[in-house]
Amino acid sequence: MSSETQKILTTDGIPLEVSLKKVERRNKFKAFLLVSPLLFFLLIVYISPIVGMLFNSVDDRMVTNMLPKTFSSMETWDGKELPSEEVFKSFYQDFKILVDKDEHGKLATQLNYEKNGFKSILKKYGRKLNNFEEGNYKEQTVDIHERWGNVDYWRAIQRRAPAYSYSKYLKGVDMYQNEDGKIVQVEEDRRIYKKLWVRTLKIAFYVTLLCFLMAYPIAHLLATLPMKYSNLLMICVLLPFWTSLLVRTASWMILLQQQGVVNDFLVWIGFVADDNRLVMMYNATGTYIAMTQILLPFMVLPLYSVMKTISPSLVRAGKSLGGTPFITFWKVYFPLTIPGIGAGSLLVFILAIGYYITPELVGGASGTLISNQIAYHMKYTLDWSFASAMGLMLLSGVLAVYWIYNKLVGIDNIKLG
Amino acid sequence: MTSSKSFVKFDKVDKSYDGKVLVVKDLNLDIDEGEFITMLGPSGSGKTTCLMMLAGFETPTNGEIYLDSKPISRIPPHKRGIGMVFQNYALFPHLTVYENLAFPLKVRKLSKGDIDKKVDKALSMVSLTGFEKRMPNQLSGGQQQRVAVARSLVFDPQLVLMDEPLGALDKNLRESMQYEIKHIHENIGVTVVYVTHDQSEALTMSSRIAVFNDGKVQQLSSPDKLYEEPVNSFVAEFIGENNTFTGQVIDISGGKCKVKLDTGAEILSNPIRVKTKGEKTKVSLRPERAIIDPEEKMDNKHKGKIEEVIYHGDHARVRLNLLGNKEFILKVPNSSARMDIKPGNEINVGWNSHDARALDPKSI
Repeated sequence: MSSETQKILTTDGIPLEVSLKKVERRNKFKAFLLVSPLLFFLLIVYISPIVGMLFNSVDDRMVTNMLPKTFSSMETWDGKELPSEEVFKSFYQDFKILVDKDEHGKLATQLNYEKNGFKSILKKYGRKLNNFEEGNYKEQTVDIHERWGNVDYWRAIQRRAPAYSYSKYLKGVDMYQNEDGKIVQVEEDRRIYKKLWVRTLKIAFYVTLLCFLMAYPIAHLLATLPMKYSNLLMICVLLPFWTSLLVRTASWMILLQQQGVVNDFLVWIGFVADDNRLVMMYNATGTYIAMTQILLPFMVLPLYSVMKTISPSLVRAGKSLGGTPFITFWKVYFPLTIPGIGAGSLLVFILAIGYYITPELVGGASGTLISNQIAYHMKYTLDWSFASAMGLMLLSGVLAVYWIYNKLVGIDNIKLG
Repeated sequence: MTSSKSFVKFDKVDKSYDGKVLVVKDLNLDIDEGEFITMLGPSGSGKTTCLMMLAGFETPTNGEIYLDSKPISRIPPHKRGIGMVFQNYALFPHLTVYENLAFPLKVRKLSKGDIDKKVDKALSMVSLTGFEKRMPNQLSGGQQQRVAVARSLVFDPQLVLMDEPLGALDKNLRESMQYEIKHIHENIGVTVVYVTHDQSEALTMSSRIAVFNDGKVQQLSSPDKLYEEPVNSFVAEFIGENNTFTGQVIDISGGKCKVKLDTGAEILSNPIRVKTKGEKTKVSLRPERAIIDPEEKMDNKHKGKIEEVIYHGDHARVRLNLLGNKEFILKVPNSSARMDIKPGNEINVGWNSHDARALDPKSI
C-alpha cells in the first residue's frame, strides 16, 4: 500500500483511525483508572523517597542559613589572607543569633565535618561572646584563640557557603575538595569507604557465585524429580523463606560461634583442636555463609522455573544424537538455563549489595558492608545527607549492574517464574 | 547370531515401572534390515516404552534387545548410534537449523568440511536448503518436523526411531509428510521403527505393522494382511472399520462355521479362532465386503432396515439394523442409481462367508 492511499472510512463515514482511537481511548482510560491507585502508591512510597534522598544528599542549606551575613560579606573575599573586619563583625552577629536560638552546637558539628578543630574554638568563642565590645572584631576574635587567625579556618567556613554541594559524594569515595578547590583523595590512613565499596562488591559477587553453584543442582532436582519428592524438596527450599530473617541469622550465630554447634562437632570428630576452634563469625566468613544460605531461594526459584520448561526430550535428543551426558548438558541443557541464571544472579547480586541485617549481626569488623555504614551515619553521626549520598551511590550501582546485564544478556531474556 | 539374522531383536523382553504392573509382557519381535516397521496401538499399550528401550532411555526389566546381533541393554543411549525423531521434534531451540544438524556430527568430531557437506545433503533431502541460519521457532510445524527428520539421519545411523513424529501436524501436512518420510526411507534404505496410534498412518507407511495392546504384540504382519486378515477381534476392531456380531458356534464343517447370534439368527462365517462347537465368538466383517442386492452365489443374505444415511462425498455410509445389530455399517458408492437408500427403507444385504471372520469373543 502506498502512503498516498486515501483514508479508510468506516461505514458511518468517520475516518477509521479516528474511530479506532475513540474506542481505544475509553479502554485506555479504564485501564489507567485500574492501575492509578498502584501508581499513586508507587509515587508516594518509591519515587518520592528517592527524590527526597537525592535532594537531601546535596542539600547544604543548614550552614548557609545559619551564617547569612557572614557569607554575604565574604563574597568579595579572595581567600588569600584573613578576611576583612566586616566579615568578623558579621560572623559575630550571626553567631550571637545562633546562641540565642541555642543552635550554635549544630554549627560547630557541621563546621567540624569540614575541618577538625572547629568545635573547641567555637565553644570558646561562645563563652567569650558577651565580652565583645563594639568595634575591632577582628582583633578580639583572634585573641580568643590563635586558630581564628589561621586563614584555613575561614576558608573552611567559606566552603560551606553554597546552598547545594556534592561534597558528600566525594566523601563517599574517600575524596574531598581541598583548600585550593581541587578534588583529592584523603590521607591513606583515613580511606575507609573505597575499601568498603570494594568489599561490598566482592562479597556480593562471591555470594552470587556460591548461590549459583548450590542452587543449580537443587533447581535441577526440583525440576526433574517425581512430584511427591519435588514437593517435599520445594518445601525445604521455601521453609527458610517463611522464617524471619532475624531468626535465621540468629540461628547461624548459634551454629557458627566458637562455642557453637559446628565447632563442637568439628572438635568432637577431632578435625580441630579444642583450643584452636575455627573463627567463623564476626568476620567475612560469617557473612558469606549466612548470606549465601539466606539468598539461596532467590537463585533456586528463577532457575527452577526455567528448568521446568525445558523438555526432557531435548536432553534425550542430545544423547540419541551421540552427545555424552556432559556434552549434552553443556551444549543443550546449560544454554537453555541461562535466562534463569541471569535472573537469579541479578536478583541475588542486587539483594546482596544492599544487605544489612545479616552482615550487621555476623559480619564483625571485616564482614560489614556499605549498607551498615549508611545505617551508622543515619543512627549515630546523624549525617543524613552523607547517608543519602551513599544510598544513592548504591542505587546507581544497582542500576549500573542492571544496565550492564541488559547489554550483555538482554532483560527480556530474564525469567522470574 | 545363528539363531536369527534379524537386525533388531527383542528377546523375551518384560518391562515394569513399579514392580507391580508389566507394561510390556514377554515381547518377541524381529525387525529386518531396511524395514519400515510401525508399532501401532492405543495409548498405554507399551509401544512407546518399547521404543524407549530400543533407544536406551529405558532398560528392560527382563530379557534382552539385540541390535545387529549385539546385546545393547548395557550400552548407554549416546553410544548406540540410533537416530531418533521425537514427538515434539525436540529441536534445540537455542541453536540454528545448521547447528542442530551439525550437533551429532560435531560430537563425532568430523571436520568442518565434512559437516557442511553432510548438513547440506540432509537439508536437501528434506527440501530445506537455505534454511541453515533460521532458528527453530522461525519455522512452521512442518518445517520443524523436517529438520528433526534430517537431524536424525544426518549422521547416517543404521536405525531410526520415530515416536509419533506427525502427531502435532494438521491433517493435510501430516499426509504429505507421511509420503515424504516413506520416500526418504525408500531412498536411503535405513531401518525405521515408527510409533503411532494413527492406524491410517501405519497402513500408509509401513512394510510391517506390529499391533500392540496390553503390553503385547497382537499381530505382526504387512498392512494389507493386517487389514484383510486380522487374527483377533482386537486387531479387527482397531484397524479400520468393522461390523461385528457376537454369538455361538453351532456347527463347523468344510472350512465354514455356522454361528447362532444372540438374536437367534444364523450366519455363515470363516472360522479363524474357533475350533469346536459351542464356542463363543465374535464375527468380524469389513463394511466394504457387504453389498446391497447380493448375487446368488453369496452364502449370507439378509434383510436390513436403513436407520441413517451419512453423506461422505464420494460415498455414503449407511447404518442398518441388521440381524439385531443396529450399528451395521455399509459403504455405498455415490451414484444416482439407488434412490431407495433412505432411512426407513428395507434393503437386502449379502456377503461371502469367507469375509466374515469368526474371531475370539474378547472385545477392546
